[in-house]
Amino acid sequence: MIPVRRIEGRAYPLGLANIDTDVIIGAEHLKTITRAGLGRHAFETIRRELGNVFADPRFEGAVILIGGDNFGCGSSREHAAWALLDMGIRAVIAPSFADIFAGNAFKNGIVTVALEPPAVQRLMDVASDNPIRIDLESMSVTTPAGDRFDFHLDPFRRSCLLDGLDEIALTLASEAAIRSYELRTGT
Amino acid sequence: MTGRPRTLYEKIWDAHVVERRADGTCLIYIDRHLVHEVTSPQAFEGLRAAGRQVRRPDLTLAVADHNLPTTARRGPDGKPLPIADPRSAEQLAALEANVAEQGIRYIEPTDAAQGIVHVVGPEQGFTLPGTTVVCGDSHTAAHGAIGALAFGIGTSEVEHVLATQTLLLKPSRPMEVRAEGTLGFGVSPKDVILNIVGQLGAGGATGHVIEYRGDVFEKMSVEGRFTVANMSIEAGARSGIFAPDAAAVAYLEGRPMAPRGEEWDRLVAGWRELRTDEGAVFERSIRIDANDIAPSVTWGTSPQDVLPITGKVPHPDSFADADRRAAARKALDYMGLTPGMRLQDVTVEHIFIGSCTNSRIEDLRQAAEVVRGRKVSASIKQALVVPGSGLVKRQAEAEGLDRVFTQAGFEWREPGCSMCLAMNPDRVPARERCASTSNRNFVGRQGPGARTHLLSPAMAAAAAVTGRLADVRELMR
Repeated sequence: MIPVRRIEGRAYPLGLANIDTDVIIGAEHLKTITRAGLGRHAFETIRRELGNVFADPRFEGAVILIGGDNFGCGSSREHAAWALLDMGIRAVIAPSFADIFAGNAFKNGIVTVALEPPAVQRLMDVASDNPIRIDLESMSVTTPAGDRFDFHLDPFRRSCLLDGLDEIALTLASEAAIRSYELRTGT
Repeated sequence: MTGRPRTLYEKIWDAHVVERRADGTCLIYIDRHLVHEVTSPQAFEGLRAAGRQVRRPDLTLAVADHNLPTTARRGPDGKPLPIADPRSAEQLAALEANVAEQGIRYIEPTDAAQGIVHVVGPEQGFTLPGTTVVCGDSHTAAHGAIGALAFGIGTSEVEHVLATQTLLLKPSRPMEVRAEGTLGFGVSPKDVILNIVGQLGAGGATGHVIEYRGDVFEKMSVEGRFTVANMSIEAGARSGIFAPDAAAVAYLEGRPMAPRGEEWDRLVAGWRELRTDEGAVFERSIRIDANDIAPSVTWGTSPQDVLPITGKVPHPDSFADADRRAAARKALDYMGLTPGMRLQDVTVEHIFIGSCTNSRIEDLRQAAEVVRGRKVSASIKQALVVPGSGLVKRQAEAEGLDRVFTQAGFEWREPGCSMCLAMNPDRVPARERCASTSNRNFVGRQGPGARTHLLSPAMAAAAAVTGRLADVRELMR
């Protein structure tokens, strides 16, 4: 994993509660055996709507997505995280995240920033004309308008993101403990 | 462990801790790993790239389900038929090459035991009470019906489990959903879980593991419990679990992969401890009065959008919350419904009886009971019955259920995920409406533009014979 310290740039002010992973990437596009190239299929149903944020030139090249409550609910498909990554998204800000999506995002170096609804609303407003900056070291979101919102990240996830750690390699270092568990339980 | 009273979830968790880190993260041992064709190819690719092997192929079971067409698997000459869609065929070929390379047990598409991964696992006795079960599929909580701690994972975690047989996890918060009372005539486990999701909301149980308690769940059949546990994720829960009782033991005894003889007896004795201790604390607790639950149906594009069949399509303005109002407006537009319309006046063109939620033998029996002696309405374009596994199919055929369905005008298909998720040829066309026993009514879930109404197998059968969303109780009088 590539270390992540800071993410700065334009943000898609998508909003909407309960954005499910079927909406992020439709099932038809899960018929792939690689992780690559899913970005152009992301949010297909939303992209068909007139005036959607993804068609708005102001947000071209955005690296942050701002969503509503329970972002990423539904299917466990990691393709949703791969699609976001492929379209250039490095962080998602929302009032809350579905558990599996948050885990998948983390494994792909996408930062999930949970903030109180008024803070998310404020960032939605600011994002229409300004970039947003997310700093993992200070765990804060700041804007050129002077806003600052602190957020919490699980310490383990934060250190993995900051150091770009490979979780499987970390776990394999516990091989002796795994083997002893198997012996102890007869597994 | 300490003498502190613990919930069932905490007991299973504690029994699987390999290492506990200072920040509370635990390395958790995974007893059973189910693998299917859609969420695994990139995991195997990752293993190969890192030069790693599957640590415990003996604790891993693979079966294809999402992509497989549900039409005949063999040609007239008895030879397996290839999958027409080249991308689906490629995904299946990748699974078959990966399991062969790593020595993983695999149930082939033409095997009588093939089926939806969450039907196959318990049916084969692969998943057992007190085990930790994972699969790259969010409906894995289904296995909680027999007292397993089961949850869905992403592909990176699939790779992690393949390589290490463990996962790094933070404990979830225990939550109790207690249902007391008596389920009314025509009310099924699907109606119970739809109402729980409606009450909690689509994200209401995020971060929690639900334990289903109370006399409604104690009296519920094991197959009904699969339906309930399966949809725990629709309320955002990490998992859902039932304490394994005599019914769960009876369900599993003698299954092909279940232990036998003395080992079985020893396990069964151990499972008696798998219940929440007196005085254990749930972080949250909600109560459901079973007497209040009616046969139900969803009207929107989230499983939380549920109402009794006697209800009317809601006005978006009736929701207190601004987000919910906006979501309801969008949902009604997508669903092509008008506020105030009676749900029973909503006509449907497609019927789907199947999915990991409702494709077991009891589901098919309940649907067949409604269909028996009736015909699928002439206004229905397609009505599918897709058994959850080849063994369910065989059992249904032995009971003559296939003929009840086909004589009424249903198609009787081969097992698979089918019309639940639009990854195989079974789809609902844009702007057409499906009464579906599956688990998600998301935008585009059953095909781009498809409109889904979630309901029970008996209610789907009622919709089939009337051509509209109908109150099954009126047909059963």
